[in-house]
Amino acid sequence: MKIIVLLKRVPDTEAKILINQDGNGIREDGVKFIINTYDEYGIEEGLRLKEKVGGDSKVTAVCAGPEESTEVIRTALAMGVDDAVHICDPALAKPSPFTIAEVLAKAISEEGFDIIFCGKQGIDDDMAQTQSILAEKLDIPQVNNATVFELADDLSKAVLNRRIEGGDEKVEASLPVIISCEKGLNDPRYASLPGIMKAKKKEIRVKNLADLGFNEAPSSGRSRVLKWLPMPKGGECKMVEAEETVDAVKELARLLREEAKVV
Amino acid sequence: MGKDVLVFGEIRNGELKKVVKELIAAAAVITGETGGAVDAVLVGAGAEKEASGISGYGLRKIAVVDDDAVADYSSEGYAAVLASLVGEEGYGYVLMGATSMGRDLGPRAAARVDGVMFSDCVEVRIDGGALVARRPVYSGKLFVELTPEGDGPVFISIRPNNIAPAGESGGSSEIAAKPSGVDRAAIRAIVSEIIPLAGGRPDVTEADVIVSGGRAMKEESNFRMLEKLADLFGGAVGASRAAVDAGYAEQPIQVGQTGKVVNPKLYIACGISGAIQHLAGMRTSKVIVAINKDASAPIFEKAHYGIVGDLFEVVPILTEELEKMLQ
Repeated sequence: MKIIVLLKRVPDTEAKILINQDGNGIREDGVKFIINTYDEYGIEEGLRLKEKVGGDSKVTAVCAGPEESTEVIRTALAMGVDDAVHICDPALAKPSPFTIAEVLAKAISEEGFDIIFCGKQGIDDDMAQTQSILAEKLDIPQVNNATVFELADDLSKAVLNRRIEGGDEKVEASLPVIISCEKGLNDPRYASLPGIMKAKKKEIRVKNLADLGFNEAPSSGRSRVLKWLPMPKGGECKMVEAEETVDAVKELARLLREEAKVV
Repeated sequence: MGKDVLVFGEIRNGELKKVVKELIAAAAVITGETGGAVDAVLVGAGAEKEASGISGYGLRKIAVVDDDAVADYSSEGYAAVLASLVGEEGYGYVLMGATSMGRDLGPRAAARVDGVMFSDCVEVRIDGGALVARRPVYSGKLFVELTPEGDGPVFISIRPNNIAPAGESGGSSEIAAKPSGVDRAAIRAIVSEIIPLAGGRPDVTEADVIVSGGRAMKEESNFRMLEKLADLFGGAVGASRAAVDAGYAEQPIQVGQTGKVVNPKLYIACGISGAIQHLAGMRTSKVIVAINKDASAPIFEKAHYGIVGDLFEVVPILTEELEKMLQ
């Protein structure tokens, strides 16, 4: 079975995110970058699937991103991914999900695939689009926000739970399929020391747009960022105080009703 | 680019989602500039019944699509319906809620018609004749404003509770049934069952009131106390990542960067210090109340009302007081 896991290099969840001096992106100095948190669930699920199916199953990571993405690709290889494709091209500096999906579709088609795992969204731009556009480009079904994944014994279909408001949808999907992963699907493993040693010898095939048969970034020029805005400051917090807690809470209840008008 | 707007009238459990009237209001902002009309499409079981509920809300016509192939939601089936409507009617814009359905459907449908998509927008306006959509990035740590370029249709998903809903504007909309044109056998990912969360409370993304607990809740059973307070309002219970990682609460109710982004009318944070990942997920709540022992906790910087105190003392009193008020 040919398993693809998609990776994105993103700022750490704990990073302080500030707008850069040119006002056209974020300040990257001093920011730690990690594998997109949700992509880790995809890597783990891909590795588990390979372990379960066995045979000549293989897990290949595919990452589109700047040169620095090598670091997160090595981390995935250290977790147990077999090899990787790194799509890296200056023309992909600020790509839209449509551009990335088209580039990924080409690279993944060249690799061959039965199942593709990825995160439900990048925790940087939070678009949650690439996987569904990719599904459309590859003409395969998609299951987003998976919390449970199982493969039928005859390997013909996947049975999943997908998180929706107030519950889960149980979904049956035929293979090949792309699955985006929600937190809770699994507990991603850490890279082991032998894993880290082995990762150094694993192959990362670097490809630019020309290698993938594109003269320029595909599907670009459909939208433009006008400006970046900081998080608005919170208002002044009214601290409700009294000698006895009970009096402070009574005052809070009164304020919620009479001033904030939410009760 | 087309000047008309199509609103996707999401139906869940046979009922039209609240966000649909908010979408109609956003659509009116666009057509106010383009001079186009606003139409809606309702797909799936309950579509016909629910269409009458938005007839006359400023909609020119409502397409009702309900046959076997699309009775239940599928991204493939519903994307085909949207794509064929966009193709036939030449819509320039398609609006949908930033819900689990809208987020699943939108990009696929947009890709099918060579359009573009702006996800999870909190504001849509016209600026100098061009559409501008504002959306949070980095879980709300920053925002960007985007504008479409080129001729393709623009798909926009809008977060619930951000835009005042459209009201009745008199008259009625033309309601017409339309075949889906979808072959059920060709759908490759099929929903077989919906498994509801235990508790029967609304989802945190849809609740008007959320009572959230942090690591200071100490154990899972203490969340009953928050449920009691939330239930006064028919609200939801939320949790910080720390509480979820400690096993006190389930992941579906996690609020924050690796959980859900919420904006209820009232958010009560109990024993939540206010890590940036959490603040990013609840900062846009209309009224934020923080209850925390530590007067220097960052949550107070985003809160509107704060009490420095022990949540185990404060929450039961607050519940009792609010219960009296609501009687």
